[in-house]
Amino acid sequence: MLLPSILYFIRPSSVGFVENGLVHLCVCTRVTRNLNMEKLRNGYLFPEIAMRELEHMKKYPTAKVISLGIGDTTEPIPDVVTSSMANHARRLSTVEGYRGYGAEQGNKALRKAIAETLYGDLPIKDTEIFVSDGSQCDISRLQLLLGSNVTIAVQDPTFPAYIDSSVIIGQTGDFQDETGKYQNIEYMPCRPQNNFFPDLTTTATTDVIFICSPNNPTGHAASRKQLEQLVEFARANGSIIIFDSAYAAYVTDDSPRSIFEIPGAREVAIEISSFSKFAGFTGVRLGWTVVPDELLFSNGFPVIKDFNRIVCTCFNGASSVAQAGGLACLSSDGLMAVQSVVDYYKENAKILGDTFTSLGLDVYGGINAPYAWVHFPGMKSWDVFTELLEKTHIITVPGCGFGPGGEEHIRVSAFGHRECILEASRRLKSLLS
Amino acid sequence: MAKLQAGYLFPEIARRRSAHMLKYPDGQVISLGIGDTTEPIPEVITFGMAKKAHALSTLEGYSGYGAEQGEKQLRAAIASTYYGDLSLEESDIFVSDGAKSDISRLQVMFGSNVTMAVQDPSYPAYVDSSVILGQTGQFQKDVEKYRKIEYMKCNPENGFFPDLSTVSRTDIIFFCSPNNPTGNAATREQLTRLVQFAKDNGSILVYDSAYAMYISDDSPRSIFEIPGAKEVAIEVSSFSKYAGFTGVRLGWTVVPKELLYSDGFPVAKDFNRIVCTTFNGASNISQAGGLACLSPEGLEAMHKVVGFYQENTNIIMETFTSLGFSVYGGKNAPYVWVHFPGQSSWDVFSEILEKTHVVTTPGSGFGPAGDGFIRVSAFGHRGNVLEACKRFKQLYK
Repeated sequence: MLLPSILYFIRPSSVGFVENGLVHLCVCTRVTRNLNMEKLRNGYLFPEIAMRELEHMKKYPTAKVISLGIGDTTEPIPDVVTSSMANHARRLSTVEGYRGYGAEQGNKALRKAIAETLYGDLPIKDTEIFVSDGSQCDISRLQLLLGSNVTIAVQDPTFPAYIDSSVIIGQTGDFQDETGKYQNIEYMPCRPQNNFFPDLTTTATTDVIFICSPNNPTGHAASRKQLEQLVEFARANGSIIIFDSAYAAYVTDDSPRSIFEIPGAREVAIEISSFSKFAGFTGVRLGWTVVPDELLFSNGFPVIKDFNRIVCTCFNGASSVAQAGGLACLSSDGLMAVQSVVDYYKENAKILGDTFTSLGLDVYGGINAPYAWVHFPGMKSWDVFTELLEKTHIITVPGCGFGPGGEEHIRVSAFGHRECILEASRRLKSLLS
Repeated sequence: MAKLQAGYLFPEIARRRSAHMLKYPDGQVISLGIGDTTEPIPEVITFGMAKKAHALSTLEGYSGYGAEQGEKQLRAAIASTYYGDLSLEESDIFVSDGAKSDISRLQVMFGSNVTMAVQDPSYPAYVDSSVILGQTGQFQKDVEKYRKIEYMKCNPENGFFPDLSTVSRTDIIFFCSPNNPTGNAATREQLTRLVQFAKDNGSILVYDSAYAMYISDDSPRSIFEIPGAKEVAIEVSSFSKYAGFTGVRLGWTVVPKELLYSDGFPVAKDFNRIVCTTFNGASNISQAGGLACLSPEGLEAMHKVVGFYQENTNIIMETFTSLGFSVYGGKNAPYVWVHFPGQSSWDVFSEILEKTHVVTTPGSGFGPAGDGFIRVSAFGHRGNVLEACKRFKQLYK
């Protein structure tokens, strides 16, 4: 959006700005800007990348830019799912089919289907599932629930929303340019050296621990042993794990797909997940959060009761049309259909991974996640991003956008049409060989 | 969270309704409680949504993440349809999944160190979200108010518009017009005074215009009809009650470029950051529905459905008036605010439910000044509304 480019003070309580050659004068309110918003650095990572992409396209209008940056799905949603959404929409025009407000926690049939189909033999009840309009929103609703007086730990590198939402809610101190970190957040380094899993023996205790597995951006799926240690750690410290399993469908080996596969997790963990990367619902908007009945605050109050209150007060349910789509995804035909799209992206990930490996680069991830995490030793990740963009017209994501631990790495996303992925591989091979 | 009293109002009403239905399985309960739309969505609109859903299965038609602020076309259509002559642009509009979510996102943006004022009575989400964000003190049971919130009484004596000379300065003022629950629409003169009040105090007005389409006289439909409002106001609105989108989920918030914090920082910039970080856009299918709503055919169809509910409102108003009650609202909103002087609204609610099997909403659920009133919502099939009115006539004749 266009914003005034010059702001200057005319009189004590008013501000002037120039837009389209006209001088506008306006009066400030006396409302103090939220200090937490002031703490946030720059723009959120992905709109920043989008801006650079636009600038690049203006500079090279004829270049065929390939985006392996933001993890945005590209393949059509299977018919069985979209027909269901279309049918639901059409039925809203009939007396029998019209529905108004849904339960804020989600449509009962969908909650049941998620519990039975995706958590199968794990004792997750439909009442413990809260359907949402996606993980990014759920993360913030969880932060609202937790409030400003809790401490958090995040992996480093990590999906930025955990940190940014923490800053906004007031859990953190200031950003420190020297370290690239916010004060009061515990950053848990995840590197090849520690097998991309935090060394819990050196991790300080915090109230909340955010863990994403399979991981965005490193692509690493935590092993059963690693998650057992994590649950043990949380139990010992009385912490709550927020486990982001948005990429569970991409797991290829026998790495756990849910934190609740680990005994004892029900008393320490919340799990968030999403239909975005599972069913191409990035624009349709559908996800869910699992809050087990056994998860209690220090005074014994069930977390689920508070989350329910947040959901009823700050939200009004996911779109009924999106929920109809979700239900279709979980039918046997639907599951097969969406899984084949997942497999398509997994094949893309393999192609990209192989490309970088063949070029002698160290590549991580790609096997259990739609992201390849490529190491460019000694180089700044924004420089690599810029060079790749400039010379191959490929958008990637600079690793430092995910935290200081992401420096020297580039995240390459595997979402794209096959021909684009193959073309990207060709261009990378010419540039880097 | 611990400060919040009981559950959010409407799930509580739903609970009582369920309990009642268990007690009287043949009771034929009619719900004029929660303001939930009941009439089918016009075909031109659902067709737009079905078309988008099908398109998502095609190579050319598939789209992934949308802009968090909403699809350009829809933002432009909202700007031109509702704010055309008010010089607000596409870039001032932020599409959302509804007013309730927007209220919380605004609160997250404002943070815990602001003070707020609400009408009393008012839509519960303003107060509850304020408590959750940490802006308030404890609930005081004796006065049924949270400390640190400025409650602006709205009653028949002051024509349901606060006496601003008695209102203390707060950073944020929540104002809903046409009002939920009283149904009152503020006049141009009143809103001019409100905007001046906000200007004098350097406050930000969060103006909820979700029921604007229900206005039948020349009351303002947008706060931005008032000169100077762009420097003090944010407007929140919704397709819920216009297009029956209560389940589809679509709304919008207008944050003018001219709205600035005390240090000159544009509020829109922070709202944009909130939207990009804590939200990921409204469902693209819902947005396709919204675009269809704003086509000429869609607008006409929405007016018809709104007209239907307005007729319901007239029927309900007439009923209570003929029974000798003092009745408020109804003219410019789908809510009728009925006075039961000296009675506890939860008692009246229970009596009505028990004796007529009609669910209403007790006024005290909206704030202490709501006690002694019942809100009757006009959303319902015509047959149910007529039947409910018949039962009211029997009970109160």
